[in-house]
Amino acid sequence: MKRVRCVATVTNPDRNPQTSTPPDGGGVCQETVTDSIAVKVEHVYKVFGRRAADVVTRLERGETRDEVTPLGTAAVIDASFSVRAGEIFVVMGLSGSGKSTLIRMLNGLLPATSGTVTIGDDLITDISPARLREVRRRRVSMVFQHFALLPHRSVLDNVAYGLEIQGVARAERIERARETVALVGLDGWEDKLPDELSGGMKQRVGLARALATDTDVLLMDEAFSALDPLIRREMQEQLIRLQSSLGKTIIFITHDLNEAMFLGDRIAVMRDGRIVQVGTPEEILTDPANDYVEQFVHDVDRARVLTAASVMEPARAIVGPASGPRAALRLMRDQQTSAAFMTARDRTLLGAVRDWDALTLARNGGRDLETILDRDVTPVRSDTALSDLFVPAVESALPLPVVDENGRLVGVIPRVTLLAALGNVMPTEELAVIEQPPSVVADAITDFLEQPTSSAEEVAV
Amino acid sequence: MITTFRLPIGDAVESGIEALTETFGWFFSFVRILFQGMYDSVEFVLLTPSFWIIIIVAALLGALARGPLFGLGTAVGFTLIVGVDQWDASMETLALVLVAAAIAILLSVPIGILAAKSRIASTVIKPILDVMQTMPAFVYLIPALILFRVGVVPGIVATIIFAMAPGVRLTELGIRRVDHEIVEAGQAFGSTPGRILRQIQLPLALPTIMAGINQVIMLSLSMVVIAGLVGAQGLGGQVVASLGRIDIALGFEAGLAVVIIAIFLDRVTASFGTGKGLFIIIRRRWAASAASAPTDVVPVKP
Repeated sequence: MKRVRCVATVTNPDRNPQTSTPPDGGGVCQETVTDSIAVKVEHVYKVFGRRAADVVTRLERGETRDEVTPLGTAAVIDASFSVRAGEIFVVMGLSGSGKSTLIRMLNGLLPATSGTVTIGDDLITDISPARLREVRRRRVSMVFQHFALLPHRSVLDNVAYGLEIQGVARAERIERARETVALVGLDGWEDKLPDELSGGMKQRVGLARALATDTDVLLMDEAFSALDPLIRREMQEQLIRLQSSLGKTIIFITHDLNEAMFLGDRIAVMRDGRIVQVGTPEEILTDPANDYVEQFVHDVDRARVLTAASVMEPARAIVGPASGPRAALRLMRDQQTSAAFMTARDRTLLGAVRDWDALTLARNGGRDLETILDRDVTPVRSDTALSDLFVPAVESALPLPVVDENGRLVGVIPRVTLLAALGNVMPTEELAVIEQPPSVVADAITDFLEQPTSSAEEVAV
Repeated sequence: MITTFRLPIGDAVESGIEALTETFGWFFSFVRILFQGMYDSVEFVLLTPSFWIIIIVAALLGALARGPLFGLGTAVGFTLIVGVDQWDASMETLALVLVAAAIAILLSVPIGILAAKSRIASTVIKPILDVMQTMPAFVYLIPALILFRVGVVPGIVATIIFAMAPGVRLTELGIRRVDHEIVEAGQAFGSTPGRILRQIQLPLALPTIMAGINQVIMLSLSMVVIAGLVGAQGLGGQVVASLGRIDIALGFEAGLAVVIIAIFLDRVTASFGTGKGLFIIIRRRWAASAASAPTDVVPVKP
């Protein structure tokens, strides 16, 4: 069982869709989230030093890390979390926060001082060396910060390394390595030595080596940190694509919050050996657990993390297809907008009606709003990142209509809301959400509406 | 009185050696016969063919390792040795150096691996190496003479003891210096420690180990005069003889031959460490065999 990630909207195919549910309940992604736990970490401690056990006891009693330093260095303190199958779980923290130590305990490269780590059915923290090797061969592979390729072997032999350890026969492992090399886009480089490749290509080899073994769990230790920003971005996007097609469980270590926010389905923030918060990127951003996390997320590129759904306003100026121009005008005057969106009965967005057009129509005695309906309105999907909203927002004279995957209107984003979200201004009642000042003065509409009508009254929405 | 009291360390060692001779006499006889046999066969190989065959082979080796110019230089140098009539003595010395260095390498590389793997082994081995390298060679020549009798064998033993240290040290250093992350990668994919050693640590430490082997060979050569003192023939014997007769001419000619052989051996073995010439060929072979060797599974037709 694996979860289907909600991949790619039409407007921005490469964007990592945030898999959260918008606050208003308008579901965005059709997910089949499995609750099966791939990796489980419970109360794990790692202490370096001769009196490690004493240090753990003292920490459990509530002493701080600094108080126990004379006895030993506590690298990881009471870490607990579960990673669901098919999830990208990011552990984020600055250097020295213990994240690299933590990931090395997940596959037993470092034994935990206390606590338990479970991968599938195997209790990593209490297992024979032979069984541990078997788990590493079959269930969990790893990608390293500095690639850790075998410099005396060709790309193909590097990728085949894990299979070789598994005992796969040479012909078959070469065949499978070739497929994986193609998967990461390195065809034609099979016979080169690692030294002949650029950093990004080396890490593709590292990734291919881990993928070739076909383990369920992939540990990535600062895998993209040694790459320059453009390559890093490319690798992140490739990882997302691979993940959506292969459905691996990925535990990704990084010190880069933007990377964490981009990749993570969930993020654990670490500080001084402790996990201070676990949550979705949006939760971390909008509801930081403490000052440290808040400080940390202060610099994050919010435009890449927040989605349309998280900042949109309820759409108030909505008219139905049966409404007449007078009802539309009244609505626009009351809402102080220059236009109203027209939706079908099931709230499917049909288009927009402008105040001036409505007034002209009403003065001429017209009834049918559809004759003045502007159908050329481009809606945005609710899982679109803010960074992808700027161009539509500039091009549109109206607030951006936000629709769900069925084309139903779920909200609007006026430009000022977009700016407020970027500046982390909490929306308040005082904050006017009017985007476009009415092009017809309200008094003119009022005057018109108070005129006695010759025709039958229209039905309000 | 304080002046009359001595710690009897020397006496203790002496009686220890005597006990050794009595109890393990068979063992030392065995070692003596083994080393003598090895020396005799190498000497036979070097001295049986006409000298120009050896010169051609050496020149080819030199050309492979360092290029044609060095091959030519080798030929000229070796012909010079023939010219000063030191050929037989030189081949005896070469045989002694090759045998002693080979045994020293066979012992020092595994000890170096052990020292790299175990902190305890490393702490124990280090002071022993210090003693072996700094204790004046004459001191252990005496027991070597008693245990192995006069001849080439005590010379070989003294040479092995003196020359082993850099082999052990550089093997340990080379393995410890292998990028920790690459070793971790081996572990993370479920490789056994032996396989990590064979497929990752040894190949990556090879340049350093080769530098150690080069040092072992050079130190072996520096011991030839000492070996000459205890009855080994060769250039060492010539030098000792010239010293006894104050024969400047003979001494210089023998010394010159030592220098020529030393330069030849150094340049050829150093090319192993720098990754040029011969080294590349050997290493490619090794890498290829290491990559394909562990296929204990029957290959399946794709």
